[in-house]
Amino acid sequence: MSSDLLISVTNLDRHYGALQAVHDVSFELRRGEVLGFLGPNGAGKSTTMQIITGNLAPSRGQVRICGIDLLDAPRQAKAHIGYLPEKPPLYRELSVDEYLIFCTRLNRIPKAQRQAALERAKQRCGLEQVGPRLINNLSKGYQQRVGIAQAIIHSPDIVVLDEPTVGLDPIQIREIRRLIRELAEEHAVILSTHILPEVQMTCSRVQIINQGQLVFSDDIDNLNRRMRARSLILGLQQAPATIVGELESIEGVESVAALENNRWRIRHAENQSPASRIAEKAVKNNWELTELSPETRSLEQIFLDITSSEQAPSETIDSNLEGGQAA
Amino acid sequence: MMIFTLAARELRSLFLSPLAWSILAVVQFILAWLFLSQLNDFILLQPQLKMIDNAPGASELVIAPIYGSAAFIMMMVTPLLTMRLVSEERRSGSIALLMSAPISMTEIILGKFLGVFSFLLLMTIMLTLMPLSLFIAGPVDPGLLAALFMALTLLLASFTALGLYMSTLTLQPTVAAISTFGALLLLWILDWAGDKVGNESATGLLSYLSILRHFEALGKGMFNSSDLIYYLLFISLFLILSIRRLDADRLQH
Repeated sequence: MSSDLLISVTNLDRHYGALQAVHDVSFELRRGEVLGFLGPNGAGKSTTMQIITGNLAPSRGQVRICGIDLLDAPRQAKAHIGYLPEKPPLYRELSVDEYLIFCTRLNRIPKAQRQAALERAKQRCGLEQVGPRLINNLSKGYQQRVGIAQAIIHSPDIVVLDEPTVGLDPIQIREIRRLIRELAEEHAVILSTHILPEVQMTCSRVQIINQGQLVFSDDIDNLNRRMRARSLILGLQQAPATIVGELESIEGVESVAALENNRWRIRHAENQSPASRIAEKAVKNNWELTELSPETRSLEQIFLDITSSEQAPSETIDSNLEGGQAA
Repeated sequence: MMIFTLAARELRSLFLSPLAWSILAVVQFILAWLFLSQLNDFILLQPQLKMIDNAPGASELVIAPIYGSAAFIMMMVTPLLTMRLVSEERRSGSIALLMSAPISMTEIILGKFLGVFSFLLLMTIMLTLMPLSLFIAGPVDPGLLAALFMALTLLLASFTALGLYMSTLTLQPTVAAISTFGALLLLWILDWAGDKVGNESATGLLSYLSILRHFEALGKGMFNSSDLIYYLLFISLFLILSIRRLDADRLQH
């Protein structure tokens, strides 16, 4: 449905002098989606987010928020966005309540609804206990939560969170992730991170950005599919010299590559592991099977793989895996 | 409406820092000291003043000098109040809160201006309490007092506008403070050079630009619209420059 299209970004460019921070980025976001922005430092994640939230003007391109052009009508467009930058934008001399009430006013919440908005934001971010305390005296984790509370206090259609779990302890991280999934029920969420499991746990879509360009954009399911095992690691104590040929003759084996310490990588088609047939053959021929395990590719590898070389992904997977996967 | 919200926040933050309180205390103390010594001199002069026809009264001899001193002291103090307005927000990143809120740059700048200006207005009112106390003792020229009050208010608003602009130019509050002070002092003493240029029109221009000339003229109770226009132009110029500077942050560098 087009009415649920909350953000559409087309051909976004942004230079800093000679440096091209964002190059030709386009994407869309609908209600109910959580979009994970993934990329190494300096990839252009924050710049893109700053552009979407109106903190930076793009050198070229268009941003439409709920159908409103951000450059033509910034005030109307910004009313639909809640933004948590990398550094939470806090007035440290104020107390949490004072600060959040100020935020409700900034976002033009009618007076009658301010208290309710404040209570709800505090409750959602676990800030009920710290209302009267000065922001300056709070721990980093709590300050981060105040930053998130600020971004959702006016129930914006779009919540943009730039590295929301930085500086939080594991319990808080889990709470924030739960909060993000909760937010996604009514809003659209964009979050940037370089913590990959975070993306797997919270996002419905992933975009990987590297050197200012989108290099990968897909559903999380497709990403998970890419990560599914398509190879086995086999270890044999007494392998014959003809082992590679022997293995390749097994049904379902696509290719065999020798590794160190009498180990081999066996590639096979998706969802058709020849493990049982290999085990059977190894036992029958007394190869002294020591290891037979499916090789899973972590998101890290896919990430490295995509960001380090966009040209020939399938070739580099092999060379990356060569060094990485041992156990 | 939004401007007042921003101004109230600015004022609140000012009063939450010890800076505002210490400025209020120090300035008030120094001005009270000056006021008392002026008053003392005035009382000692009474016998001589009786001899002169149409002698100047307390308004000219006590009140006017106090406002003059206040103007000079505030030239040094205002930069301290304005220096953090934008630079500190940029440094701490809190500017992003304002930038991503549904408000315009104009509202941000006017809110900040109004926040510091209302602090200075409060200071001016506290200063004015001292001359007002003279009403108990004898005749005071209310017209002159009003003129002085207005002159100081306009002057302080101009200081604030300039200070705000300087604060948008830098990330370092101290740099903003020293540049504001330098610019204000230059404007203050601009007409000194004007006298020595020799050239008629240059002298006229320099003395028109001098921020002090207009203050002195208004403070004498001579209400001239050109003085008023000077201040209004000055204030609007620096507010518009600030808005443009803040806007330029988002744009191409």
